[in-house]
Amino acid sequence: MGLSTRHLLGIKDLNVKDIQLIFETADTFKSVLNRPIKKVPSLRDVTIANIFFENSTRTRLSFELAERRLSADVVNFAASSSSVSKGETLIDTVNNILAMKVDLVVMRHPYAGAGVFLSKHVKAQIVNAGDGAHEHPTQALLDAFSIREKYGDVAGKKVVIVGDILHSRVALSNILCLKQLGAEVMVCGPTTLIPKYIKSLGVQVEHNLIKALNWCDVANMLRIQLERQDIKYFPSLREYTMLYGLNKQILDSLDKEITVMHPGPINRGVEITSDVADSKQSIILDQVENGVAIRMAVLYLLAGQSPE
Amino acid sequence: MQNLTLLDGQKFQITIQRLCRQLIENHNDFSASVIIGIQPRGIYLAKRIAEELRKILPGKTILQGDLDITFYRDDFRRKEQLVPNQTKIDFITEGKKVIMMDDVLWTGRTIRAAMDALQAFGRPDKVELLTLVDRRYSRHLPVEANYTGIEVDSVASQKVVVSWKETDGEDKIVLVNEQ
Repeated sequence: MGLSTRHLLGIKDLNVKDIQLIFETADTFKSVLNRPIKKVPSLRDVTIANIFFENSTRTRLSFELAERRLSADVVNFAASSSSVSKGETLIDTVNNILAMKVDLVVMRHPYAGAGVFLSKHVKAQIVNAGDGAHEHPTQALLDAFSIREKYGDVAGKKVVIVGDILHSRVALSNILCLKQLGAEVMVCGPTTLIPKYIKSLGVQVEHNLIKALNWCDVANMLRIQLERQDIKYFPSLREYTMLYGLNKQILDSLDKEITVMHPGPINRGVEITSDVADSKQSIILDQVENGVAIRMAVLYLLAGQSPE
Repeated sequence: MQNLTLLDGQKFQITIQRLCRQLIENHNDFSASVIIGIQPRGIYLAKRIAEELRKILPGKTILQGDLDITFYRDDFRRKEQLVPNQTKIDFITEGKKVIMMDDVLWTGRTIRAAMDALQAFGRPDKVELLTLVDRRYSRHLPVEANYTGIEVDSVASQKVVVSWKETDGEDKIVLVNEQ
């Protein structure tokens, strides 16, 4: 019994059984993380390269902690300080790293499909830590895991994803993962930031934040990805905040107590105010904690497959 | 060759009782001792022994936990995928005498992994091993049990299966000949 895939390139590659297996494994790792000694020796003969062609704080730290807690050997690589800026291709870069006997590559890349491309050309197992506006599978898994932890089950829960759906890899992976697990999903944001055919994924679309919040059990607030926006999608950040920002006043005015999530990094005062981010209803820091357990589970299950 | 029943019924019960008495000889009222069952099959033995001890020593607290050793095994990436079980140890093992329990002692590799896994819960004063079935002359590592239910001479192609009343409907130890 194991995962049905050799790489984790996206939630698309996983079936419900895979996701449940990852969650059950993460449960045991979460209990490991609460012990006085938080390290297990499983991956002691596995070498993992974290290759980040794009900036990251949480994801990179979370992966690195997960790897170290599994006793893997870890090498880190950031594109900004490497030979990539001298014109080396992706395959060359990775093959050079693999020549140093690396078993598994965790990669973040600004272009969609970079992970898939790499998995076809190199021998190592690939874990996608975010590829452009495409997928961010471990984030979706930890988000769903956090909902499961809070409510006991994901099935039947109503989740609204608010914000820049168009440029968000978190949104796509979340939609795919939550739908697989039987949740109802809605996206909410300005028309310009909602992809045209998003309904084909089986999600509802709402442009009124209050209506969306009154419908949902969980609100996942996304950041406006200014670095990916080549044109102006809305008049000003101030106007966006007025229409789609979540503040304490709105939160308290709702009929029921909803749970607030955010994948980070937070732009405090834009998509979410400080008093909401730090409120009792927010599980933002639980998400970060669960991220390590989920990544340990993914790495453990992938590395456990006997080498080809 | 037919399967051979090694122990069942009253004799099974007598063996469990004897193991309990042997434990009491060394651990008195269990105030400084704890019982750890090794997942997946050792936990039934640990639960049964703890339950019998509570009957023999009424009013005493017998602490018992489950230890999963999956992450400490030495055959990761060498065999099929290893799926972890739950570890449930709600007490501190630091300074305690720990009695690890597993249903069958065979190569000794499980026990080696269990000793590693136990380290994550503190430094015990002493670690002992109790096993219901000792498959003699088949050790890969220098591991021996302090308390043994029965000893069996078997070959590698045979399997020893322990069934429990609680989960399998009957207390029984069977030597299975694989075809």
